[in-house]
Amino acid sequence: MNVPEWWYLVLSAVLFSLGALGLLIRRNPLVMFMCVELMLNAVNLTFVTFSRSLNDIGGQVVVFFVLVVAAAEVTVGLGIIVSILRRKPGTTADDLSLLKG
Amino acid sequence: MTAALLFAQVEKVATPKLDWAATAPLLILCGAALLLLLISSLTTSRPARGTYAVITVLASAFAIGTAGVLWARVTDAERGAFTTAAGALTVDGFSVFFIVVISLGIALSALLADDYLRRENLDGPELYVLMLLSGAGGIVMAMANDLIVVFLGLETLSIALYVMAGFNRRRAESRESAMKYFVLGAFSSAFLLYGIAFIYGATGSTNLGDIAGFLNANTLEHTGLLLGGFALLLVGFGFKASAVPFHVWTPDVYQGAPTPVTAFMASASKAAAFAALLRVFVSTFAEYRLDWQPLIWGIAVLTLVVGSVLAIVQTDVKRMMAYSSISHAGFILVGVQAATAQGVSAALFYVLSYTFMIVGTFGVATLVSGKGDEHHGLEAYRGLSRRRPGLALTFTVFLLAQAGVPLTSGFLAKFYVIGAAVDAHSYALALIAMLSSVVSAFLYLRIVVAMYMTDEEGAEPGPRVRVPLGAGVALGLAVAFTVVVGILPQQVVHWADRAIPVVLASGR
Repeated sequence: MNVPEWWYLVLSAVLFSLGALGLLIRRNPLVMFMCVELMLNAVNLTFVTFSRSLNDIGGQVVVFFVLVVAAAEVTVGLGIIVSILRRKPGTTADDLSLLKG
Repeated sequence: MTAALLFAQVEKVATPKLDWAATAPLLILCGAALLLLLISSLTTSRPARGTYAVITVLASAFAIGTAGVLWARVTDAERGAFTTAAGALTVDGFSVFFIVVISLGIALSALLADDYLRRENLDGPELYVLMLLSGAGGIVMAMANDLIVVFLGLETLSIALYVMAGFNRRRAESRESAMKYFVLGAFSSAFLLYGIAFIYGATGSTNLGDIAGFLNANTLEHTGLLLGGFALLLVGFGFKASAVPFHVWTPDVYQGAPTPVTAFMASASKAAAFAALLRVFVSTFAEYRLDWQPLIWGIAVLTLVVGSVLAIVQTDVKRMMAYSSISHAGFILVGVQAATAQGVSAALFYVLSYTFMIVGTFGVATLVSGKGDEHHGLEAYRGLSRRRPGLALTFTVFLLAQAGVPLTSGFLAKFYVIGAAVDAHSYALALIAMLSSVVSAFLYLRIVVAMYMTDEEGAEPGPRVRVPLGAGVALGLAVAFTVVVGILPQQVVHWADRAIPVVLASGR
């Protein structure tokens, strides 16, 4: 069975939107973080699809760069989340409200 | 036999040629970061005070020195701009200009950080290491000749900045600002990356030279993908440059982050964002100018209006300056929107003068805030002219420069971007920029009045303010630049004129 390319593009757009919506709606820092990962991986799918339709290896190489960057982001992000949760377990995004004006 | 085959295959792998002189500023900054880590892990006793800051400043000075050598090479008519690392990095006047701006941001912020870290009991090499690496990321963004390299540079810049924002881990505000910056930063870089994917799908390449060549040679049948890519890229760059409506993080993060880090964020990080914006939009997508100019126009108007109006209602000086830095981003966008050589050179002049003004402003805020980084309310500045006349005068110079008073670099910067907008027939935008500058002048004068014109004798004096050597040097340099360039701008204008970005096809 041959799946047309635009299906992949639609799928990645749906995944990207789900990630973006999740980040805006969910309040748990860890889940928000997972939503960012979902967005990045949706972009990876787009890159691979375009790479295939353009018959150009560049798009697949990009995915490796994105994976490395996402890993680095995880390291720092988890560190920040842990430093907040350690002081006050169960913190949600709504509790971070010291800074406003 | 197998070994011979393997060997033959290995020999075929072509490694890209790297121009060491062209990447020297980057290598110096990264090398200095490693050196700092090495020193701190090899020495058992604490090194003499200020060692780390001195190394950071020296590294930035060396980076600026090598940039000067590069400048002579790229502005030489016979040699000109070139690409290196297989077309991944462009070395032109524009790159060199931003190497200097970002290195200055590192050096000045490191001077401010020196005493701050001792005061807050956070002394160590880590902040300087992160600052150097973050700055190197910003330079990569400015030199990038490939959208993926732009993304890598942006992430190097940002990931280090997330940690720096939360550096004062004992303060809840600092932790909170790191969290907010991280979540929103990751969100916006996902948008940037999606934009890059769209551009790749529409043009078949991520190399800026190839994209420009493709767009010049072909007429796209469907521009939807490309235009979607423009919009998503603008979200990513707009976030880093804190342009409205992508600015919501700015006041919170600027307020919560340690003040020297805020100075770095407002100077180096914003400069890098504008470097990428200028190179990608103004030079690479020049062919589609009429499609993206209205977007930038809208963002510029929103940024100018929101930045100057919301600044007035703040009571925290750091927050006020955050909004004022948003309105400065609006002025730089006025130059970007013109999309002419004049507009770019005006934006470059603005970025350089803004770097000195904003580092100076946050430098004064660092000193006035006192131990604990707490006194940022307007009341901490009340009567500063009597307690610290020199510091009050310095702050007045920065505030007047930000307001755009003549004889300061801020006036000329605003004058040039508005002039570029008028020459590009964006009269409405020029008018809005002038009006918003009048509105924000009120804000700066409010702080000046608080410093000079409070005469209540019985009022309790604000906290004692100390001016340490490092911060004094940084503030002195910033004041000197602001005033000297305000009176004699010719040399800086000449540099900005010769630093227009060029787009070079990859040497494949």
